[in-house]
Amino acid sequence: MKFTMTVSPDFSPDHIAGWYVFNTWLQIQSEQSIHLELYNSFEKQREDIKADKIDLIYANPYDASMLIREKGFVAIASPFQKSDEAVICVNSESDYTCVEDLKPGCTVATADDPQVSTIGMIMLEPADLSSGNITVDEFKNYVMVAKNLISKKADAGFFLKEAYDDMSKFIKSQIRLIVSSQISIIRHTFLVSPNFLENSSLDEQGVRNLLNSMHETEKGASTLKSLGFEKWDNQDHEEAEFMIDLMDTLID
Amino acid sequence: MSDVKISYYDGTKSVKTIVDEEVPYPDGKLIVSRTDTFGNMTHFNQAFVDMSGYGEDELLGKSHYILRHPDMPAAAFADLWNTIKKGEKWKGYVKNLRKDGKYYWVYAVVVPNVRDGKIVGYASVRRKPSRTKINECVELYKTMLAEEQS
Ligand SMILES: Cc1cc2nc3c(=O)[nH]c(=O)nc-3n(C[C@H](O)[C@H](O)[C@H](O)COP(=O)(O)O)c2cc1C
Repeated sequence: MKFTMTVSPDFSPDHIAGWYVFNTWLQIQSEQSIHLELYNSFEKQREDIKADKIDLIYANPYDASMLIREKGFVAIASPFQKSDEAVICVNSESDYTCVEDLKPGCTVATADDPQVSTIGMIMLEPADLSSGNITVDEFKNYVMVAKNLISKKADAGFFLKEAYDDMSKFIKSQIRLIVSSQISIIRHTFLVSPNFLENSSLDEQGVRNLLNSMHETEKGASTLKSLGFEKWDNQDHEEAEFMIDLMDTLID
Repeated sequence: MSDVKISYYDGTKSVKTIVDEEVPYPDGKLIVSRTDTFGNMTHFNQAFVDMSGYGEDELLGKSHYILRHPDMPAAAFADLWNTIKKGEKWKGYVKNLRKDGKYYWVYAVVVPNVRDGKIVGYASVRRKPSRTKINECVELYKTMLAEEQS
């Protein structure tokens, strides 16, 4: 049986090659045939999830909730010491120094990333801003968000912290960070489908063992490095459930 | 500075020192805590500890009412408990009391932790409230308290 693996479309372009290497590593270790399908839109990926086309996924916390509670996926591991944080930036020449300086009617640029939009909107609440009194312009990626700030078409922009950190010096010199989230408990998670657990030769513990010991071999460690983290951190059922409860408090 | 006697729902009473000074909510942070089904704290994050002014060992296993500010009307918490016991989400603005007697305002969302169809505990995630909302609540809670005390 051939399985399909995918990655949340918010992965950094720097790590595309890394995910292919990871897929090869996983196929060899698990002795399963796995096809890697990458998406550049959240919407298309969700359609395929709904149609039960996905067996393994490195999911953002937003989708992980749906996959675990509605689709019966099992959480295996999260990247060690790497949480999903968002930042809000403005044009470096603007007068905005804090969120409270932004006023109703302002324009916010964002990428099509539900997780970052959720955290970004929460960070705007102290300024009495919500989707009802601001204009939200959605773009394909974070470079476009930055360009809109630089050209002053947008007053503020939401970024995944990691994407902001990876921006070029040239872009960073023209934008200014005004607030950064420090949530730490909300993380991307590697999940497996009930179909994979039933029809592959690996059970849940088997998958856990593979990922949790990945950093111990040279090949595993170098693969992890190309994904941008050091090792996997085991996520048990309760940890995953609790993360979903926390996500639930952030969504209306 | 003044000393105020607070009576809790479970019959305990304590005298707390109240200092009329607000500690600003830290930007970008969430204050997270988790309790058993009785409201005794089982987990919390660093932001929770930092804002409360207590040490971790002073908080673990204690009831959340350790943070209860005398300016908060009882009706707000009665509504919180009625809502979460039904398995629903509660949201509201809360003025919390620190160990040093100062206060901080939060916008709190409390959810039940449901496992295999049963409530096994509750979690609260607080975020930074807007000044407008705080001002509205100051007035509202004053009226509610006056009614409760009359
Ligand atoms: C998850 C959870 C979080 C809570 N957080 C707070 C809090 O931050 N501050 C507070 O005063 N009460 C909080 N409460 C409510 C307290 O349990 C308690 O009802 C309240 O302090 C009033 O005390 P009393 O009910 O004994 O009068 C929380 C309850 C739960 C279940």
